[in-house]
Amino acid sequence: MNKIARDRLVAEVARIVEEANIDLDGKAVACLKAALRNERNELAQGILAEIVENQEIARNERIPICQDTGVAVFFVELGNEVFLDFNLEAALNEAVATAYTKGYLRKSIVRHPLDRVNTKDNTPAVIHVRPVMGSTLRIRFAPKGAGSENMSAIAMLTPADGFAGIVRFVVDVVRRAGGKPCPPIVLGVGIGGTFEKAALIAKEALLRELDDEAMNPRDRELEQALYQAVNATNVGPMGLSGDTTCLAVKVNSYPCHIASLPVAVNIQCHAARHKEVIL
Amino acid sequence: MLRLTLPMNEATRLSLRAGDRLLLSGVIYTGRDAAHQRMVDALQKHENPPFSYDGSLIYYTGPSPAKPGRPIGACGPTSSYRMDPFALALMPAGLRIMLGKGPRGKAFRDALVKQAAVYLVVTGGIGALLSKRVLSAATVAYPDLGAEAVYRLEVVDFPAVVAYDAVGGNLYGDLDD
Repeated sequence: MNKIARDRLVAEVARIVEEANIDLDGKAVACLKAALRNERNELAQGILAEIVENQEIARNERIPICQDTGVAVFFVELGNEVFLDFNLEAALNEAVATAYTKGYLRKSIVRHPLDRVNTKDNTPAVIHVRPVMGSTLRIRFAPKGAGSENMSAIAMLTPADGFAGIVRFVVDVVRRAGGKPCPPIVLGVGIGGTFEKAALIAKEALLRELDDEAMNPRDRELEQALYQAVNATNVGPMGLSGDTTCLAVKVNSYPCHIASLPVAVNIQCHAARHKEVIL
Repeated sequence: MLRLTLPMNEATRLSLRAGDRLLLSGVIYTGRDAAHQRMVDALQKHENPPFSYDGSLIYYTGPSPAKPGRPIGACGPTSSYRMDPFALALMPAGLRIMLGKGPRGKAFRDALVKQAAVYLVVTGGIGALLSKRVLSAATVAYPDLGAEAVYRLEVVDFPAVVAYDAVGGNLYGDLDD
């Protein structure tokens, strides 16, 4: 039995929330630097160089990488041998409020989509909890910016659309988004499941390591095909043309109904921020 | 690279061409979704604008809070297309230099040429770098909006590229049509 104290959880989560906004992880930096080496368009090279310089300034001077410090998204894996004598969602929200207030992060959440009154502490977070076996609590955090979130899309394709239909839909979403989601982007693609499951696994795909590959060979093949097709669009950094439209494509899949082929595309900007803590 | 000072006179504005790379210095004003709504409301009620639009640049940003000792936090651009409906009303009122990120809609581009306005862009997601080009920041209107308030920024060598010029030049080419 792993009994986790509330204070410890709040402090650890507040720490990763603040760090995620300031310290872009090494794999994302490596992707950006590789893109800068390979880019042939001069204006695009300049943009990629600014992006690389920006993340260094952010880390060294502890300034947020981007002023859009996002909506706080958590993916939590809760082991069956973990004991919590408090409300996990309330504790995660307390950590978010602490980090966004004390860490000089922007508060971007309004209490209702129509009355649009700011909650002033960036809560509530969006929290997904999955029960797993084991004695640990794994908490993954991503601050999700709206520029790229707003360009995300879902389609309920039919089985006949298949692999080619998925590629067509994803490339169309990227083309129509153009410069709006701050390319070079990372694409989280969810295929299968139901309407909401596809969107959820697409979001979760964005928290994968940038240099990993899907376990399933079909998903892996789709990742490679999409990476090639998206980078052939010439959307380019900030939509101003170039070789670098996406840094990575992550496909997650789930079984689905005999009549369905849901496809969700969650777009992440080049500030592919995420951190995790295991308690 | 063209070094320009804000506010900017009409002749300079009209001389800009899509693709020109700029370094901006001087005074600029910020405003995004909520501030634009209020600026348009003020215009419709014949109230004074939050700052003089003549020759002024509006920068679409909602900065993160300034740390002690710094004028501003991260202050990169937000997506400009959301400001299209407001810009249609504000351009004829004199607000003809806009700075943001990303392509905009056809109605906006047509109105921009009609008003001989210019739309500049700066790389999105480099808010830490851009914060180093801001010398001072002061709230001039709508303080209750927090990050969305109108700020007067004094900037030096703030990088920008002309995306749409006053004669229909379009750096995004056909990508957004």
